[in-house]
Amino acid sequence: MSKFRKKDKGEMPAISTASLPDIVFMLLFFFMVATVMRDSSLMIENKLPSADQVEKLKKDRTIFIYAGKPSSQYKQFGEEPRIQFNDAFIGLEDVQSSIYQGISEMNEELQSKVVVGLKIDKSTNAGLVSDIKQELRKANALKVMYIANTKKVE
Amino acid sequence: MAKRAAPEVNAGSMADIAFLLLIFFLVTTTIAKDKGLLRSLPPIDDSIVEPPIIKQKNLFTVLINRNNQLLVEDEEMPLEDLRKAAIAFLDNGGGTNPAGESCDYCKGEKDESSSDHPEKAIISMKHDRETTYEKYMDVQNELVAAYNFLREREADRLYRKYYPEADKVFTAMLEEKEKNQFSKDEKLNERIETIKNLFPMKLSEAEPDKN
Repeated sequence: MSKFRKKDKGEMPAISTASLPDIVFMLLFFFMVATVMRDSSLMIENKLPSADQVEKLKKDRTIFIYAGKPSSQYKQFGEEPRIQFNDAFIGLEDVQSSIYQGISEMNEELQSKVVVGLKIDKSTNAGLVSDIKQELRKANALKVMYIANTKKVE
Repeated sequence: MAKRAAPEVNAGSMADIAFLLLIFFLVTTTIAKDKGLLRSLPPIDDSIVEPPIIKQKNLFTVLINRNNQLLVEDEEMPLEDLRKAAIAFLDNGGGTNPAGESCDYCKGEKDESSSDHPEKAIISMKHDRETTYEKYMDVQNELVAAYNFLREREADRLYRKYYPEADKVFTAMLEEKEKNQFSKDEKLNERIETIKNLFPMKLSEAEPDKN
């Protein structure tokens, strides 16, 4: 009997896990705030070009337009680069209306500061890009950002 | 009467629930990290205005053909040399600005046959429809880099005293502006404008020919 009692005395006190939920909740809130749910899945190949003179993009005032070759599971759309807005392919003539739609969904005070983010695959012809830019000019969305990967300055 | 203690709620599974949520948000999180080159497009202007006459020497033409080759000022040039050539052109300062002042901060060669003044110097860029977007971005990047280099140099000359620690003064100024976007710092904005006006970004893009 005495053997057991001795053991009892020498045991380490259990570490209190009472604060564990607090820690986890803290992390949880951080990720909840930082989360952006992916709202448009890409239907095109999208390898961005790289640049080193980049500026940060303000997400809240940006409308994204994607362009590139349809990716492998959308082969039926052919090989020619296509424009994607939200979840669908759009033609060049729909760019203007899509931009207006995007603007109207934005915060009112940011509507005049709208930036169009162009996420364009690097193998796309620049002709398509200039067509998109023409449409943006017609829609009076004049600030564009060519989204690029950051290249390290040597 | 005996005081009845309220039964304690077992909080042991709280951590499990929180973990479950945490892992869900961990997996769905994509932290925004988009960066890029910010450019403004010219507005569409239907009014017919006589285009101002620009002297050939104030124009720096960059052409990209369908095979992604560069033609700069009628000579073929590798991409690596473009930045240097653009800096030399912008920084030349061979003449006077529209107000008749000569460029006292230019450190270029003051060549008569190159640009008069940074305020007059225009970079004109044209590409073919079949140029790849990658090459187009490379060229844009080099040209923006030329402007940034010169602005950085002027910021260093004028405002180094406010940012003795900074690696790049102009970048530090822009970062400070970004940080204080809710409390406008007039002085800082004025300084940034001064730098920008020393080397105004005049980068025009011609539409590719339709064929």
